[in-house]
Amino acid sequence: MDHLILKVTTKLLFAPIILFALYVQFHGDYGPGGGFQAGVIFAVAFILHAFCFGLAETKKVLPQKALVIAMVAGLLFYALTGVATMLLGANLLGYDAIDPQSTHHAGQHYGILLVEWGVGMCVASTMLTIFYHFTGREPDIDQEDW
Amino acid sequence: MENWIEFVLERYNYWIVITLMMTGLYIVYARGNLVKKVVGLNLFQTSVFIFYITMGKIAGGTAPIYIGGELDHAGESHGNGQAGEKSLEREGHGEENLHDAPEGAPASSGDLHGGTDAPQGGDALHAKVENLPANDLKDALKGVDPGQGAEAGEGLHALPHAEAAKISNEALKSAGKTFPEKGFEVEGALHQAGDAANAMDGAHSALGEVIYSNPLPHVLILTAIVVGVATTAVGLALAVRIREAYGTIEEDELESMDNVAEFGDAAEARAI
Amino acid sequence: MSLIAQLPVLPIIIPLVAAPLTLLLPKPRLPWVWASVVAWVTFAACAWLLATVASTGMISYHLGDWAPPLGIEYRVDLANALVLFLVSGVAALVFAFSYHSVRAEVDAAQTPLFYGAMLICLTGLLGVTITGDAFNVFVFLEISSLSTYALVAMGARRDRRALTAAFNYLVMGTIGATFFVIGIGLLYQATGTLNMADLHERLIGQDNRMVQAGFAFIVVGIGLKLAMFPLHLWLPNAYTYAPSAVSAFLAATATKVAVYVLIRFFFSVFNFDFAFIGAAFTYVLLPLGIAGMFIASLAAVFQDDVKRLLAYSSVGQIGYMLLGLSFATVEGLTASLVHVFNHALMKGALFMAVACVVLRAGSHSINAFAGLGKRMPVTTWAIILSGLSLIGVPLTVGFVSKWYLLDAAFSSGHGYSGFLIVASSLIALLYVGRLAEVMLLREPPSEGKYAFPAKEAPLAMLIPMWVLVIANIYFGIRTDLTGGIAQRAAEALMLTAGGAP
Repeated sequence: MDHLILKVTTKLLFAPIILFALYVQFHGDYGPGGGFQAGVIFAVAFILHAFCFGLAETKKVLPQKALVIAMVAGLLFYALTGVATMLLGANLLGYDAIDPQSTHHAGQHYGILLVEWGVGMCVASTMLTIFYHFTGREPDIDQEDW
Repeated sequence: MENWIEFVLERYNYWIVITLMMTGLYIVYARGNLVKKVVGLNLFQTSVFIFYITMGKIAGGTAPIYIGGELDHAGESHGNGQAGEKSLEREGHGEENLHDAPEGAPASSGDLHGGTDAPQGGDALHAKVENLPANDLKDALKGVDPGQGAEAGEGLHALPHAEAAKISNEALKSAGKTFPEKGFEVEGALHQAGDAANAMDGAHSALGEVIYSNPLPHVLILTAIVVGVATTAVGLALAVRIREAYGTIEEDELESMDNVAEFGDAAEARAI
Repeated sequence: MSLIAQLPVLPIIIPLVAAPLTLLLPKPRLPWVWASVVAWVTFAACAWLLATVASTGMISYHLGDWAPPLGIEYRVDLANALVLFLVSGVAALVFAFSYHSVRAEVDAAQTPLFYGAMLICLTGLLGVTITGDAFNVFVFLEISSLSTYALVAMGARRDRRALTAAFNYLVMGTIGATFFVIGIGLLYQATGTLNMADLHERLIGQDNRMVQAGFAFIVVGIGLKLAMFPLHLWLPNAYTYAPSAVSAFLAATATKVAVYVLIRFFFSVFNFDFAFIGAAFTYVLLPLGIAGMFIASLAAVFQDDVKRLLAYSSVGQIGYMLLGLSFATVEGLTASLVHVFNHALMKGALFMAVACVVLRAGSHSINAFAGLGKRMPVTTWAIILSGLSLIGVPLTVGFVSKWYLLDAAFSSGHGYSGFLIVASSLIALLYVGRLAEVMLLREPPSEGKYAFPAKEAPLAMLIPMWVLVIANIYFGIRTDLTGGIAQRAAEALMLTAGGAP
């Protein structure tokens, strides 16, 4: 756990990875990318952090409880965007209802942006939860036994 | 003999799919280690992903990322990019017919590419399409309800794009239905009709020249990958729990432990 | 927003939105209350949907306002409205029933997750039923399956074998789902569409190898999910070691939904012009159905674990549904649909009763049932009444199913299978009789592992259970309700498939 080079590199990489995740996230409705990929990249930043600084440190930054809330919020973000379009008079996920006046379907943009944001949150927190649970289990088995 | 080799080599993508699929299934059945089983399952699913991607690939086609935007809408507002995306989707549909025709109806269209049932029919097809006389497109469009065609042509600019998308999609479909038995030419014309619709859709441009691979299988497979990730996660989580509960993840050891438990129960039951 | 226009999507969106919220609710009671309320609201939506469809005909709903065949379409006709009604109804009862059972069998820390997973599973099952898009079926199928694997594994608190059962289910279920996707892919390659109605139109006249292969992959894939006889190996263990409430829910819904998907593909996607459809009926469904009826039912007779006994009986009962399908007539299809509905009622009631016993006795071995009539009479009589229904005694739904099946067998020229149906019912008599004998005639053990005080299950469990038992009798007398709807649904399906009316 005391590799200076690794720690410094991780510190340097951490922010760019998250920036890249955000780029992929908001770029998703135009080109390759979107919430799923962005969520995974986002989670990778924290997984890298956990590798270098230990799981306990990462859990201080992003506790398990916050992940559960992010997971729920992400799914709700997605579903409630759909419900909102229903309330606005369109069908489920009929994004045009968000901005009906627009001649160039701005509503589609807002809609997919919101939905992808929900997907990104949900995926990132789910990936991290899986990681926390796999790595956080008590090592009651010797490495030799595997 | 050469034909036979060609037959095999031309379908190399399908051989990859089949090899991966069988390897995956074999691992699932033959390996006793639960983690290896999950890996085998993954391999098996991956083969299906490749199968779907191979299905959407059109020879010479680029990745289904809208390229026209940079060319045509450089100075225009945000919204036209959206229109472009929609037309892309529509074209995807047209092309998927294009690609499917030789495989889906080999009987009717086989003669058109020299008797070989080439898997990369899209390729041959595209050449055909380019050689088609121009009025084929008109014929195909005539087959469509004229009123609708006119509407699609004239009203396209005024209409909201979603409407336009719907109309030309219907036009595409009914063109397909009008000459179902002509298969090839119609599909080709359909493709051109799709292109024409694109051209009308405010992108009067070189867009027709760009050939995209069919994006739909990519989307489907993205969904399937998510499902695969979830399955792997659940499978591995179960393997971890099994290791904790039993102390092993070898299937035969697990089975013998379960058998002891079961036959213990059974012996007890007979005693009653 | 007009609620009627949005009706088809409500059964999906209500449990989907509600599921994540269970994770935030404080334990132990609130997640259960929330999930039950949601299940009942979903049931109300499904009942409304059934009533609407029965009076106005097929409803089509375009997701995201994208017109089919490009967009995803939810298409509700009588056949799937009936299955929706059934699944949500059973879910509503099982959710209300499950509180005590879950508290006894699932870790307290996991209860919010348990109810969340149950709601997701419900979403998946309803989604499979409601959607008119072939790929969407796969997605929802996997949503329900993945949550089912987790739910089965939660039985590990009582018996660690739940884990291996869940793992085997995961392996077989995933292979099944992947086969299904391959089939869909082949059909997509042949037609360029995923919408079922559009597939149906474009497949006409395309009797080539690709379509045949696609068909075969789909049948095997769904066959794994519905536990068609030789592909049923995952089912007995999964149902045995899952928490009892989960067993009750799955036995009554999961395989039924898979049977519905099979029907949908046979009749609404493919049609009778294909030679291989007829061959599949005659050489696959008919023999496998009959084999399942006998072999699985016989296996049930020799089980010493009541949940496993019922699980094997389920495999046998699926044989009846496949048999009805394989006649390829309106009568046969009606019989299948009726049996889908009726079997859910009886198995739901039986597994609920077992859950009551597990709560008090802590075991589902047949030894725990010795002398049950003296210790838990209300539960005992629920088992006996729904057991009679399983055999097919008059005035129960089981009899109605068998009646429709026999009628279909004789009118379609498969008279011999009529005798086989009666013969296999006698096997059901054996295993139900064995259970009844143990419960009524044995003395309750006064000491040892299986001794427990004579105390009935709590009222919160008895009421939902008896609602199902009474439904067993009510629908056995008012045969026109299910039979009428099933008949109309079968006629509509048969019309699309182009078979003889």
